[in-house]
Amino acid sequence: MALEEKDVRYVAELAHLELTPEEVMKFLPQLDSILQHMQKLNELDTSQVEPMAQVTYPAAANPSLRADLPLKTFDQDVALANAPDPTAGYFRVPRVIEKEE
Amino acid sequence: MNLTELTIDPLRDLLLQGKTSAVEVAKAHFEHIERRDKEVRAYLHLCPERALQQAAKIDRQLAAGEHLGPLAGIPVAVKDVILTGGARNTCASKILANYVAPYDAPAVERLEAAGAVILGKTNCDEFAMGSSTENSGFFVTHNPHDLTRVPGGSSGGSAAAVAANMAVASLGSDTGGSIRQPAAFCGIVGMMGTYGRVSRYGLVAFASSLDHIGPFGRSVRDVARLLQTIAGRDPHDSTSADVPVEDYVAGLDQNVRGLKVGVPGEYFKGLSPETGDNIQKGIELLAKLGCQVVPISLPHTDYAIACYYIICTAEASSNLARYDGVRYGFRSADPVDLQAMYKQTRYGGFGAEVKRRIMLGTYVLSSGYYDAYYLKAQKVRTLITRDFLEAFDEVDIILTPTSPFPAFKLGERMDDPWQMYLADIYTVTASLAGIPGICVPCGKTKQDPHLPVGMQLLAKHFDEARLLRVADAFEKAGGFEVA
Repeated sequence: MALEEKDVRYVAELAHLELTPEEVMKFLPQLDSILQHMQKLNELDTSQVEPMAQVTYPAAANPSLRADLPLKTFDQDVALANAPDPTAGYFRVPRVIEKEE
Repeated sequence: MNLTELTIDPLRDLLLQGKTSAVEVAKAHFEHIERRDKEVRAYLHLCPERALQQAAKIDRQLAAGEHLGPLAGIPVAVKDVILTGGARNTCASKILANYVAPYDAPAVERLEAAGAVILGKTNCDEFAMGSSTENSGFFVTHNPHDLTRVPGGSSGGSAAAVAANMAVASLGSDTGGSIRQPAAFCGIVGMMGTYGRVSRYGLVAFASSLDHIGPFGRSVRDVARLLQTIAGRDPHDSTSADVPVEDYVAGLDQNVRGLKVGVPGEYFKGLSPETGDNIQKGIELLAKLGCQVVPISLPHTDYAIACYYIICTAEASSNLARYDGVRYGFRSADPVDLQAMYKQTRYGGFGAEVKRRIMLGTYVLSSGYYDAYYLKAQKVRTLITRDFLEAFDEVDIILTPTSPFPAFKLGERMDDPWQMYLADIYTVTASLAGIPGICVPCGKTKQDPHLPVGMQLLAKHFDEARLLRVADAFEKAGGFEVA
């Protein structure tokens, strides 16, 4: 097995996922096995191949651009309607910076 | 006459002749759902108020002799990853259990503008991640043909609802096969258009370079009608294509003589024997209709699953970073600080497969592994796409099985994630290349319980009209009951 327990913990940390010790041990062999299957791609020589980030096709020149006009979007109350803890027009979250004693 | 068993055109005729009303049709569907969905469990939530309001509007237009839209009074179900404004949209995830959509996805808006009656939102794998709908955060959906089996996934609820006559048609989303594979398992028609053919505004993002919205129906004609309604440029989605939408319905009912159908040998290895038998009969039928069947090769097929699962998990890990408990959705109770809130919210809100994919995606994008996994997969994606483009220089259509096997038993593939991923082996290729694909029923397996087998047809970018024409000819020649 190439993947180690600390790798799973590290990746979970990067992804902001809390995992129980049992979950770490469950995911470890699964992720390891999947990553090993993925190494099949190394059979191919891709040194002369361009990466493909997006599907492209012949179309109008740069269709993704539109006129830069101000358009109506959501009102504040709509934007806040699903918030777990909306306060005075804001999304409230736990304190980030500690108060000076 | 049972109002829930009809396709769009016969239902429309009844409405125009005054033999039924849109309200009656909608109520017949809700009554059928009330009974049948106790065992199938296709719907996560229904919206009878919205449906009956729309149906009443259609009936008023009908009474006033006004022009009716092409989908007037047609009951449609929508996968719960596509927003319907004012209704809950959960993505079958606990993290969005109480999320109320602030607007309609244009796909939904266009269906309703054409007169469709939205009945409710259907179950799926959480955030569309899965191939069996067993990853739903709420409950499992059963295959209407055999309740001990999966309906396929991730759009299993949308497929099962149409197969069990709990909607005439439905919308699903397809990232690596999530429309075509459940269509195959449930014995109906399901289609993914070219990447960019249908706006994804209002589709909750899973893997943005692969996500599509597309229709399910019980006939090719119905699927053509839905696709025609939802396709076309939308300024809200910069990836939606500025390419004219052909009249797909007008293109049906034509012969397919002389069309070249390519059959790639790579898609017939490791196939269950009964699936192979049915597909063979499907090929013979198209040959009888005058198609020229040509053996072809798509040499990079074997690399598609690895390539797809690197790219889709990478994109998913990025897209799902937004579920942090700040702006919407579930938030963990009493976190000590902001970091703890993020982690505990995501711990409590996501199911196992979503966590697994976020971790895989984070890993393949992380420093030191990016080139070896993500960049490598993007290069292999180029090779897989090139295979298709070269093949389409020789043939008009490519024909494959949709899945190596028919619907499997509930629970059968839940222990080994890679085994589940292999259920997508014949569908991820078209997703990576961005070409359109349709799945049509191709008979049932010989042995009890006689499960549906699906045949997949693929065409080059924006060649949906030809794809639908071949699928329609296949249906009219009895292809759906070929075995």
